[in-house]
Amino acid sequence: MAVWDDLIGQQPVIAQLTAAARDADALVTAAAEGAEPPRAASKMTHAWLFTGPPGAGRSTAARAFAAALQCVSPDRALGGAPGCGFCDGCHTTLVGTHADVEVVATDQLSIGVKDTRDLVRRSSMSPANGRWQVIVMADADRLTEGAGNVLLKAVEEPAPRTVWLLCAPSIEDVLPTIRSRCRHLNLRTPPVDAVADVLVRRDGIEPELAATVARATQGHIDRARRLATDERARERRAAVLRLPLQLDDIGGCLKAAQMLVDSATEDAKQVAEEVDAKETEELRAALGAAAGTGGRMPRGTAGAMKELADRQKRRSTRTQRDTLDLALTDLAGFYRDVLAVQLGTSTPIANTEVRDAITRIAANGRPENTLRRIEAVLACREALDSNVAPLLAVEAMTMALRAG
Amino acid sequence: MAKKTSTDDPLAPVTLAVGQEELLLDRAVAQVVAAARAADSDTDVRDLTPDALQPGTLAELVSPSLFAERKVVVVRAAQDLSADTVKDVKAYLDAPAEEITLVLLHAGGAKGKGLLDAARKAGAREVACPKMTKPADRLAFVRAEFRTVGRSATPEACQSLVDAIGSDLRELASACAQLAADVDGTIDEAVVARYYTGRAEATGFEVADLAVTGRTAEALERLRWALAVGQPLPGITFALASGVRAIGKLATAPRGARPGDLARELGMPPWKIDRVRQQMRGWSGDGVAAALRAVAEADAAVKGAGADPAYALEKAVVTIARAARSRR
Repeated sequence: MAVWDDLIGQQPVIAQLTAAARDADALVTAAAEGAEPPRAASKMTHAWLFTGPPGAGRSTAARAFAAALQCVSPDRALGGAPGCGFCDGCHTTLVGTHADVEVVATDQLSIGVKDTRDLVRRSSMSPANGRWQVIVMADADRLTEGAGNVLLKAVEEPAPRTVWLLCAPSIEDVLPTIRSRCRHLNLRTPPVDAVADVLVRRDGIEPELAATVARATQGHIDRARRLATDERARERRAAVLRLPLQLDDIGGCLKAAQMLVDSATEDAKQVAEEVDAKETEELRAALGAAAGTGGRMPRGTAGAMKELADRQKRRSTRTQRDTLDLALTDLAGFYRDVLAVQLGTSTPIANTEVRDAITRIAANGRPENTLRRIEAVLACREALDSNVAPLLAVEAMTMALRAG
Repeated sequence: MAKKTSTDDPLAPVTLAVGQEELLLDRAVAQVVAAARAADSDTDVRDLTPDALQPGTLAELVSPSLFAERKVVVVRAAQDLSADTVKDVKAYLDAPAEEITLVLLHAGGAKGKGLLDAARKAGAREVACPKMTKPADRLAFVRAEFRTVGRSATPEACQSLVDAIGSDLRELASACAQLAADVDGTIDEAVVARYYTGRAEATGFEVADLAVTGRTAEALERLRWALAVGQPLPGITFALASGVRAIGKLATAPRGARPGDLARELGMPPWKIDRVRQQMRGWSGDGVAAALRAVAEADAAVKGAGADPAYALEKAVVTIARAARSRR
């Protein structure tokens, strides 16, 4: 069953989704042949909520399910489960070109009411190819409250052939009123071995490196792949893991905080450089003032340029926050290892490459200190989320880490 | 006050007032007009904005009149003149008429710089009218105001007048004129307090400077003023954070480093390093940690996590002031 291949270590979920896709297929087939729809209780429903820790493959699962719904493989007539991965429907869905599958993801901080209203309008249309119109919201947790409320009616009673697939890290991340309108599917953290295995099998990464990065990222598949393939990401991570040893005095704390924030800003700038200039140039060209023509901007286009600049700024904030969040996650992982060593548990430590630092810090403190430090890291993530100035939040955290 | 350069005669054929301080620009115009009226009470004054000055208008205005009357032509916002009019003005600058006094008001800056340069080259009398940004400048302005009307004022009186009125020069000038007209004798602090109280401007940085030197009461008072005059709250937490941060950075910097190297390493200008060194006395490492964490909490509260942002800020200020005395 090819569409499920990228979903690692989620057998119960796959079984449930396959059954749903099978019933959905029966429904569509019956309707196409003009027969009565099957009477038996269907395992298919119109709105699904995928939750699970980051990297467990929420959107992968949603996309695979979308592909299974669109599957037109001839095997189905012979009793095969939908989701072959080879037919037109599966293939176009997986590469993101299927006409009836819309993936909503944002590279900004939130999804607003305006975009959502438009989405609701589109959701009431019939599917172009007569099967299902699938809307995948990869970042349902980024819906603002207003936007969530706009969705309510559409999610509760969509058009007959519309299916909503919402993805969020946890069930608390979406409005209760949305939650109660969806069938909930929870993905678990994939086992480390399974992640390493898939890195070797699919991405052709050296088994040793694959094992290290899989352990280091604790089951976050995308991050593991990024670490395995991107030298810079490995360097940045190493720098973050050196941080706990630099917190001896106040100056060190301040410097460490500055370093963390600077590298996040740097990252955001790099992304911006790659994308922003091109985007701006494209918009200028569209407005009739491409480079080389040497003209001034035509009258009345300043607004559009400003809107683009605002959007780019929001994206850069998001990138910066994401990078910082990643660093904080690594840091929390580090102290988790420290705690594991202090308590003498059999849990293998994740950050094997900094074993020395871990044992040193473990010997210097008590488990209480470590727990307080983990709390501090988590508090910092929360502070960043509530829009505290990044440098200030990180400084407060390093101070707390130093105090223990 | 308007500073004079080159020739001092207000009746120079061309006067150029450069700057963005409205009051000083107006005074430059008034001075020229007064001088012209003194020379000839029938002087015709034409005050023109760029939209009133079409191409050709200037030529019409400066053409000799039958009765050879004196004329003052004021061109406001000369940087916004259209290209054709600029051509007219430049042509006139090359051949100024005898009984005409032209006053060009220009914002300075890059816009319309060609005209500015041309006027300078033509030997125009220049009056500088820059915006006053430093508190010391405003203090000097107030003192000069009193001096011009021949009154004496104590330094404290000048200071409290500037505090109470803020940075608007026009208001300051009218306050000075008012005091000079209403009060006899020396203008001292008590006199100013009778007419003006309070504080028109308070910034987060002033709050931070007071807090990091441990002056709790003054810092709280200044914070209340800052809140009352509507300073944006995140700006205040930013100022507090950078105040504490500077102390933390400098406290752990190597002792014997040269000021230049230190400035570069810490990313602070040298004058700030001296100031922070003064503020640093009484701080301890744990004090910095506690203060920064308090500021971070206040920042979260200001951005919506707390019910009462003002209280959160006060708490942070008190924590900072206490930390500033943690080693004593």
